[in-house]
Amino acid sequence: MTLLAQVPAYASPTGVFHLTWLLVALPAASAAVLLLGGRRTNAWGHLLGCATPVLSFVIAVVEFFALIGRDGGQSRQIDQHLFSWVPVAGFHANANLLLDPLSLVFVLLITGVGSLIHIYSIGYMEHDPDRRRFFGELNLFVAAMLLLVLADNYLLLYVGWEGVGLASYLLIGFWSYKPTAAVAAKKAFLVNRVGDLGLSFAIMLMFTTFGTFSFGQIFGAAGRHTASATTMTAIGLLLLLGACGKSAQAPLQSWLLDAMEGPTPVSALIHAATMVTAGVYLVARSGAIYNVSPDARVAVEVVGAVTLVMGAIIGCAYDDIKKVLAASTMSQIGYMMLAVGLGPGVYAIGILHLLTHGFFKANMFLGAGSVMHGMNDEVNMRRFGGLRSVMPWTFWTFGFGYLAIIGLPPFAGFFSKDKIIEAAFDKGGAEGWILGVVALVGAGVTAFYMSRLMIMTFFGHRRWAKDAHPHESPNVMLVPMAILAAGSVLIGGLLVLGGALQNFLEPAVGRSVEVGAHTIAPLVLTLLTLLVVAGGVLAAWWLVARKPVPVEQPLNVTPLTWAARRSLYGDAINENVFMRPGAYLTRALVYFDGRGVDGGVNGLAALIGGTSARLRRAQTGFARSYALSMLVGAFAVTAALLLVRVG
Amino acid sequence: MSVDYYLYLSAILFTIGTVGVLTRRNAIVVFMCIELMLNAVNLTLVTFARMNGTLDGQIIAFFVMVVAAAEVVVGLAIIMSIFRARRSASVDDANLLKY
Repeated sequence: MTLLAQVPAYASPTGVFHLTWLLVALPAASAAVLLLGGRRTNAWGHLLGCATPVLSFVIAVVEFFALIGRDGGQSRQIDQHLFSWVPVAGFHANANLLLDPLSLVFVLLITGVGSLIHIYSIGYMEHDPDRRRFFGELNLFVAAMLLLVLADNYLLLYVGWEGVGLASYLLIGFWSYKPTAAVAAKKAFLVNRVGDLGLSFAIMLMFTTFGTFSFGQIFGAAGRHTASATTMTAIGLLLLLGACGKSAQAPLQSWLLDAMEGPTPVSALIHAATMVTAGVYLVARSGAIYNVSPDARVAVEVVGAVTLVMGAIIGCAYDDIKKVLAASTMSQIGYMMLAVGLGPGVYAIGILHLLTHGFFKANMFLGAGSVMHGMNDEVNMRRFGGLRSVMPWTFWTFGFGYLAIIGLPPFAGFFSKDKIIEAAFDKGGAEGWILGVVALVGAGVTAFYMSRLMIMTFFGHRRWAKDAHPHESPNVMLVPMAILAAGSVLIGGLLVLGGALQNFLEPAVGRSVEVGAHTIAPLVLTLLTLLVVAGGVLAAWWLVARKPVPVEQPLNVTPLTWAARRSLYGDAINENVFMRPGAYLTRALVYFDGRGVDGGVNGLAALIGGTSARLRRAQTGFARSYALSMLVGAFAVTAALLLVRVG
Repeated sequence: MSVDYYLYLSAILFTIGTVGVLTRRNAIVVFMCIELMLNAVNLTLVTFARMNGTLDGQIIAFFVMVVAAAEVVVGLAIIMSIFRARRSASVDDANLLKY
């Protein structure tokens, strides 16, 4: 079916590829220095925190050029053996790093965008007394994320997976003195736990089925159909559950909106560009498993399509600029999920959208952070307005991100989103039409809510709070934004022209399939998409820009808006379906434990205690009474012996 | 001469000893009663040894005497120290070890 059907013989590292371990080790080392070093590293902590991701990025770039210098195919998959992690009889778990095109594009994204966000954070967190800890935790995240994408087996991947979860928890709750931030961190951690449970079950099931954790051996065995279809579907669905948790996909989407309590660079790096895309990575990496399980693929498609629409609808109603972007992230990851769910040949398009999204969404989050920086950390868009003239750099860089996400050619989002819509229609049949129409409508809604965000923030009249004195951010923040904006413009075209990314990714995710007959001719579909997008923009102009934006949230709105403001009752559903029954169950168990188990044990103890308290009275301290009882005992024994002898 | 008389004497001595242990308060007297019981048993042992024409019972009687001698040494020492501490040799007064 794909190249992964054979057992891949990964190449051994040569030359620069010996440095792969440094990609992970450098940020991990600086995280250790910053988090363990304490206050004495305050003065230079942020510089070290920026230097290591940049160094990793440099190594990644050098390795990238070394990799494209090699022949295609399996010589581009380089497996570096670090050490034997769990060497016991009959079972080996190696700590191996797999550098192949798929992991390399992730490494470039994580270290590239990550470095820019680190540099931006120098300015953004300048007045925060805990800036050093912030950089330490950000480095920890980068190291864990790199481990996640570089692992060559599921066990090591799981270490990275939990590592990014930990870093995400720490960074969402970075301002833990705010109760909302502390609660949001806990919520993210708990919801992720549900997903992580799915992933760990998937890994266990793979181990019992194939007897190994290694990607190469599992995918090889999956391609040879050594396991039953049911098992493969179960593995696929469990992996999907893990992906849903980490990527905030329905039904585990509820944590992402609250995660915006973290500092904005965290939202940009972890909750937009990299960590939340780990689910897409997982599905794309496990392509060989999904290839043999169409049912699991359908589940991935459905999750993607549902989240795509949900996120888009939620994004239309929120007034918090970061939460709109978060809802948009959910929606865009829904697109990626949809793409990777479409199966063999489309994985590369999902990864393409992931990369372009990483650029433009990180760009827009940094823009939102820049706006907040200038507006006393205000996030309510009803309090913005007219910022275009005060913050021109922020406006222009954000604007490029905006044009990229709505998918205007030739900006990045156009190439990737258009291809996903096309691939969805090309799926054929009712499934293709439903998914295609959903993706198409999603593009229109995306255009609507992003235009609404732009209009409310940068256009219209100034609705600022009295004490707001917006100003442009320092250069250390503007330069990363400008670079990301340039990426938002260029990266789509660069990756798509000549099928560059698809060809590059072929060794890892299989050959991209050219569909012979399109459901709708690509050109027609592109024009149709642009028409829908234009409709979304016009609708935003019609509904938001024509009349002044009220500073207070209007209350006479449609039920849909009402529901969307409550994130489509995601929290209410979780509360009523899981949390309340769970609370009742716990209460019942506590009652049973208190009255049943403890009651039995305590009752027995009380019985023994009471009896012994009474028996104790026999110890009077009078030696003569003891002597009498001995005598009685001796008589009794003698009498008994005599009875037995005589009788 | 029948062995019965020896056994009767032994039973009487043992009973006297038992009653003495149970009824007397003075530790010295109780102690002497215990010796009386031991010697009643010794008498029984020797009687049966004689009756059976073996030496076993006589040897055991020697053992009992040795143990009794050791017991006297330890027991009298205890009684002495209790008397010094409490100015009393009554077994009913030494009742601290109780519930």
